[in-house]
Amino acid sequence: MSEQLAVSKIRDGTVIDHINAGKALLVLRILGIGSGSRERVLMAMNVPSRKMGKKDIVKVEGKFISEEELNRIALIAPGATINLIRDYEIYKKFNVSLPEVVEGILTCPNRNCITNSREPIVRRFHVSMAEDNVVARCHYCGRKITEVDKFVL
Amino acid sequence: MTRFRHLISIDDLSKDDILYILDKAEEFEEIARGKTKSRTLEGKLLANLFFEPSTRTRMSFEAAMKRLGGDVINMTAQEASSVAKGETLADTIRVVGKYADAIVLRHPLEGAARFAAEHSEVPVINAGDGAGQHPTQTLLDLYTIRKESSLDELKIALMGDLKYSRTVHSLIKALTLFDAEIYLVSPPSLALPEEFLEGIGGKITTAELDEILEEIDVLYVTRIQKERFPDEEEYRKVAGSYKVDAETLKRAKDSLIVMHPLPRVDEIDVSVDATKHAKYFQQAFYGVPVRMAILSEVML
Repeated sequence: MSEQLAVSKIRDGTVIDHINAGKALLVLRILGIGSGSRERVLMAMNVPSRKMGKKDIVKVEGKFISEEELNRIALIAPGATINLIRDYEIYKKFNVSLPEVVEGILTCPNRNCITNSREPIVRRFHVSMAEDNVVARCHYCGRKITEVDKFVL
Repeated sequence: MTRFRHLISIDDLSKDDILYILDKAEEFEEIARGKTKSRTLEGKLLANLFFEPSTRTRMSFEAAMKRLGGDVINMTAQEASSVAKGETLADTIRVVGKYADAIVLRHPLEGAARFAAEHSEVPVINAGDGAGQHPTQTLLDLYTIRKESSLDELKIALMGDLKYSRTVHSLIKALTLFDAEIYLVSPPSLALPEEFLEGIGGKITTAELDEILEEIDVLYVTRIQKERFPDEEEYRKVAGSYKVDAETLKRAKDSLIVMHPLPRVDEIDVSVDATKHAKYFQQAFYGVPVRMAILSEVML
């Protein structure tokens, strides 16, 4: 089965490719796209890929997601590539890059952390790579997260 | 120009910053003893916000402030609990910042001091947040070691509750800046969590006290903190599992010093008090000049 059949082309919007297999739903969550969202979203999971074996693809019609938003995706899919589409043509293409800090995306696993209290607080994490893994450290309590996708809000 | 506005974590200080504070504390010692008078902080007001009880830390900050001619307003634990019922910490900090020139915060949640600093118009000094950081304790521990032993080529054993003890967590990080040789002595269930060793390097080894007693310059003992245990059964399993007495120290170097952040329960027997090794009460005193140095740094 070809990829074109799995996920049809979009006219204007954003294509996020080379997402680690099984992470597409998390990508949508990071982008704030859920059941109440109005965007038209096409998604394919476990698509065969020469480079990755299997991969996920997400296409968001009618929305040009900012580079800053897209870089958050690097938290769970550091190898993702982005195509911005106009009139069915790619007009901009880039790779995601890991931001130094993410806000409002991850929750701290430390139950005794101030971020898990009722204080008016934006959860902030410092992000880095360690041996090909994404590591996030809570700005407030210092707790490290190595399995980042488990703590996406 | 001050070196830091808030004091939240020992990680925020360089080795130079630490030595600067220790040198400054040295200058304040005579004033801390009441031998010389100072009006350096006259007209300044310090707010002690203690959401957890702490007699020593609170009183030593109060003593430090008053020895420098300043004054202190206190929020007691009882008042703190009524604050906790309705007001957020963020709002408490905003309000108290309107009354005082600096805030000392003790809070049960980790990261509370950093969060408070983000909402404060005045300097915030972390006096302990949960099992997280307690930087002023670390600075007074380092001061004690420098005064009573040496920070150079130091061999130190940290003994007791290394899992929940925030004083140990901060102290380890600071000691690695001084290339100290660190021995960790604890029951397995209270061993230092791996995450506190990541990225700090240094010479750190797990050991039994017997094996290293003749080698070490400092024995730093901590209390098993009942209040930090998730359940009482876990506490009972380890309570009383280590104890130092005068007999234990017979094989130690003459110059060995025994430290403890206090209060002690039964981990250091009173028979140690009369030996030349006991420095924990002196250590408590050193909290005053060190806190004077910190207060004058952030308030002037």
